[in-house]
Amino acid sequence: MKLFDFIQPATIDEALSAWRPGAAWLGGGTNLVDLMKTGAMQPDAVIDITRLPGLDRIETLPDGSTRIGALVRNATLAHDRDFAAAYPMVAEALLSGASGQLRNVATVAGNLLQKTRCPFFQEPAALCNRRDPGAGCDAMAAPGNSAILGWSDACIATNPSDFTVPLVALEAVAEVRGPQGMREIAVADLQPLPGSTPERDTALEPGELILALRLPARARSFAAHARYLKVRERTSFAFALASAAAALRIEGGLIAEARLALGAVAAKPWRLAEAEAMMTGKAPDAALFAEVAEAVLAMANSPDGQKWKIDLARNTAARALSMAAAGTPARIPALPASPFGTRIEDPQHV
Amino acid sequence: MSDTISLSRRFGSNSGQPVTRRDGIAKVTGSATFSADNHPDSLLYAVYATATIARGRVTRMDTAAAEAHPGIVLVMTPQNRPPLQGNPDDKPTFFSQRIEVLQDDTVRYAGQPVALVVGETLEAATEGARLLNPQYAMEKPRTGLDDAAAYTFEPAGFGTPANTVHGDVEAGHAAATASVDVSYTTSAMYHNAMETHAVVAKWNGDKLHLELPSQALTMTCHSMAYFFGIPPENVTLSSPYLGGGFGSKAFPIGPYVLAVLAARTLDRPVKLALSRNQMFGPVGHRGATRQRLRLGIDDQAALTVIDHSGLSETSTFDDFIEPAPNASQGLYKAGALRSTHSAVRLDIGTPGPMRAPGEASGSAALECAMDEMAEKAGIDPLEFRLLNYAEIEPGTGKPYSSKALRECYRQGAERFGWAGRPLQPRQMVDGDGMLTGWGMGTALFPCPMFMAEAEATLRPDGTALVETSAVDMGQGAWTSLAQIAADSLGLPLDKVEFRAGHSSLPDGGVAGGSGHTATAGSALHAAGSDVIRQLGELAAADPASPLHGSGNAGFVARDGLLMVEGDDSRSEPFADILARAGGVPLKGSGRGVRPPEAAEAHAMHSHGAVFAEVKVDSVLCQMRVTRMVGVFAAGRIINPRLTESQLLGGMIWGLSFALHEEARHDPRTGRIVNADLAGYHVPVNADVHGFEAITVHEDDPHVNALGIKGVGEIGTVGSVGAIANAIWHATGKRIRRFPIRIEDLLTA
Repeated sequence: MKLFDFIQPATIDEALSAWRPGAAWLGGGTNLVDLMKTGAMQPDAVIDITRLPGLDRIETLPDGSTRIGALVRNATLAHDRDFAAAYPMVAEALLSGASGQLRNVATVAGNLLQKTRCPFFQEPAALCNRRDPGAGCDAMAAPGNSAILGWSDACIATNPSDFTVPLVALEAVAEVRGPQGMREIAVADLQPLPGSTPERDTALEPGELILALRLPARARSFAAHARYLKVRERTSFAFALASAAAALRIEGGLIAEARLALGAVAAKPWRLAEAEAMMTGKAPDAALFAEVAEAVLAMANSPDGQKWKIDLARNTAARALSMAAAGTPARIPALPASPFGTRIEDPQHV
Repeated sequence: MSDTISLSRRFGSNSGQPVTRRDGIAKVTGSATFSADNHPDSLLYAVYATATIARGRVTRMDTAAAEAHPGIVLVMTPQNRPPLQGNPDDKPTFFSQRIEVLQDDTVRYAGQPVALVVGETLEAATEGARLLNPQYAMEKPRTGLDDAAAYTFEPAGFGTPANTVHGDVEAGHAAATASVDVSYTTSAMYHNAMETHAVVAKWNGDKLHLELPSQALTMTCHSMAYFFGIPPENVTLSSPYLGGGFGSKAFPIGPYVLAVLAARTLDRPVKLALSRNQMFGPVGHRGATRQRLRLGIDDQAALTVIDHSGLSETSTFDDFIEPAPNASQGLYKAGALRSTHSAVRLDIGTPGPMRAPGEASGSAALECAMDEMAEKAGIDPLEFRLLNYAEIEPGTGKPYSSKALRECYRQGAERFGWAGRPLQPRQMVDGDGMLTGWGMGTALFPCPMFMAEAEATLRPDGTALVETSAVDMGQGAWTSLAQIAADSLGLPLDKVEFRAGHSSLPDGGVAGGSGHTATAGSALHAAGSDVIRQLGELAAADPASPLHGSGNAGFVARDGLLMVEGDDSRSEPFADILARAGGVPLKGSGRGVRPPEAAEAHAMHSHGAVFAEVKVDSVLCQMRVTRMVGVFAAGRIINPRLTESQLLGGMIWGLSFALHEEARHDPRTGRIVNADLAGYHVPVNADVHGFEAITVHEDDPHVNALGIKGVGEIGTVGSVGAIANAIWHATGKRIRRFPIRIEDLLTA
């Protein structure tokens, strides 16, 4: 790979002042290093932020919200008992992503900022507007697992993160520090839609660093009815064809409040506020969920005109809502986020 | 008098034991030295630049930028590639393919080497190769089966004939009272062994030493000798461990030759290891096929015809054609049988042998077509296969050397619980509401033998050394072959030193075609037997031996004792016999080869029956194989533990074929877009659930003296069809392309 400066700042201030155009932050490195190897990313400087102090904590703040340091590892967060009890669909989403080894290394902030897995973005020889503005889009002629919402003629890539989908449903925010000081960005606004500038794949300004994520206290109120469902081509270590985070607050047999977001359908997790509104005050049942899913995905369309992914997204949304209505399981299933649940018998081979 | 091969002495206590891999601890602790783990002094690193288009010409490369990069010592392109002594377009051995060694600036497929960069470090060489930034004159790539005109070519892969016809095919069609006419498509698949191809090449004058993972050591040495114009004995090759081969490490690839050339040019050792992405390049692959199957039955549901034609992809510069339609030969009794091959030349690397070549793709289509025929006849799929069970090989009329397939069906059906399976699809739902389906398939794989040699030395202390350049590619040859060798010498395993994996040893032949244990094992058995024969002669002629004068009675070797056959009371330790004979080691040698007359006399195949349960979410269309039972008849089982592992591995590759593996091409450039293990899916552990592999007893007195058939590939055969048939049974949807994807079920 291209030669680069490797910088290991000891403090956040040092990190911020070390940043310069062409530099990249290094967290777990599970995405950046791969892209440096293929040549899709060629930073002049890599700034290793994993030594920055104080960013590896999971804290409950006085107002009941939860603050997750940027460097907390995906596995650490998913396996934190208190966190998983309060935000079960976030833990389930985390455990459905990547592999055990990757989750041990990947950081939560890195997860939010990971790049699309569109194969044309990852390969420098391919034409990609996201990587090389104005170059064209090879994916358009071979869409595969592309976006069905919010795409443009410039880019049809999807955001691959599982973790971000329930975060968006639960209105998480990112605490960001940059040359201009601190600010907060809703996780839902972190990834812009491509429009005519797909190369702008983050709302972060150059040199800004995510220091923490925060889940509001209200997000805890969904804990009894919250699921993440991920449809994929193999049982583990595969990106979603479609996924959904569904959370319901059920009071007196009626849906007091609903949250729903889809993954793998757009350049960002796609929250369905309209669907949430449609369900409020209604009794949770499969017919309602099917009706809601049908309505909110009416505007979806795929670049190649194929229907299967839209059907799949709709079915996934409806099923995730049904699973949430049935109640959060006491333990995260052995196959997290799988439609196959826990009823698979033990293997006969020992 | 029977025509069977008799075992001349008791064949013993080592074979049949589930001995653990003798190299297991070395491998799991990391002390096993794979080829790329070698770092001779003053080593250089080579990286080749790959074409990112499939068809056209390289018009420009920035060699100046690469050469200027710190640490680069050589940039080799078609303009300055030093000459080779052998013609690189030639195939030096039967089992070769045309190699890519920078012959010219033509690009024939994406992933083709277009330059070699050598540096002082791997990082330097990698960056040097990137800096070359090739520019192309690109032509429209042809990567799909319909992108070019089909042609017929003879022979198909492995020299098998392009067309095989038995009986009157048209009469078979005419006689049918019911028929199916279906087409199945299989995708291009890439081997992707865990260990990528690698070589460390070191010259010493005109002698060449290679550290190189090889499934065929002697042939590789001969090929290298040819290309570099040196005698074959000047090439030595060490290949103690392979991290998988799957057929892709049988012949030398172009990048190896380039690395060796660089080492000679620079007079320093050179290492080259392929990246994962490059594993989708010049190492062969399983070519895509489209197969048409026309089956007919009479009113008794007896097959009147199996008419199987296949269109296979091949490259523009070589002719390997997936012999898929041949899978319909030798299995089911039918009035007429026809297998025909055609091919289409595409801008792809040349396909090659990969995990049950021919049989896997052919069986996938055949077993599904059989299921469709059974459905049409309204007969249970297993019963339909039993109705058409072949007692002699159909077409040739040859007797089978052995065929315990009926027992495989019986045990498999019982173990799986096949009885009571509803005939109609979409009848079973589990407690979670998942559609549940059961499917089955028959497995057949030939049991070839190649040629191998071995030597055995009985040392004065009563221990032995046995040697053959056999290959442990993960299957456990280092263990099972040692078991055979120990038995042939009448010694416990720990008294036998087994040397393999180096070309200076007697030729161990090819680890391929599921024939390695049979071939190298037979050589070892013959070598050990030769030693025991000589030992017997010594003892019989020695008045001081209790065995004196019993030469006509024959001897048995067991636990380091030589004893008179049928009279255990007359015995003597090996060491004592040797000590009186002057304490000189006793050497024997042997060959493993099947005489042509034996090969002609019988049809020789391993058989099996595979049963699969699949669950499908009716709305999300996600599939999951929840149970799979494979029962196989494969002659004598030398090591049940390793055999189970081989068979399970094969079944997992069947699952992989059925549901996962597919290389996808970019329509603009022809590049494979999913050329990594994140995009090119194979099953993960969580996908492999409830798998069971069983072997049934089978004595085969014809295949070889040991009765060994081979278990390396048959696990894949039958498994693909079983899964696809179970998906149909669960959903009522017949998907006629592999792999079967969620989107296929959603749109069906």
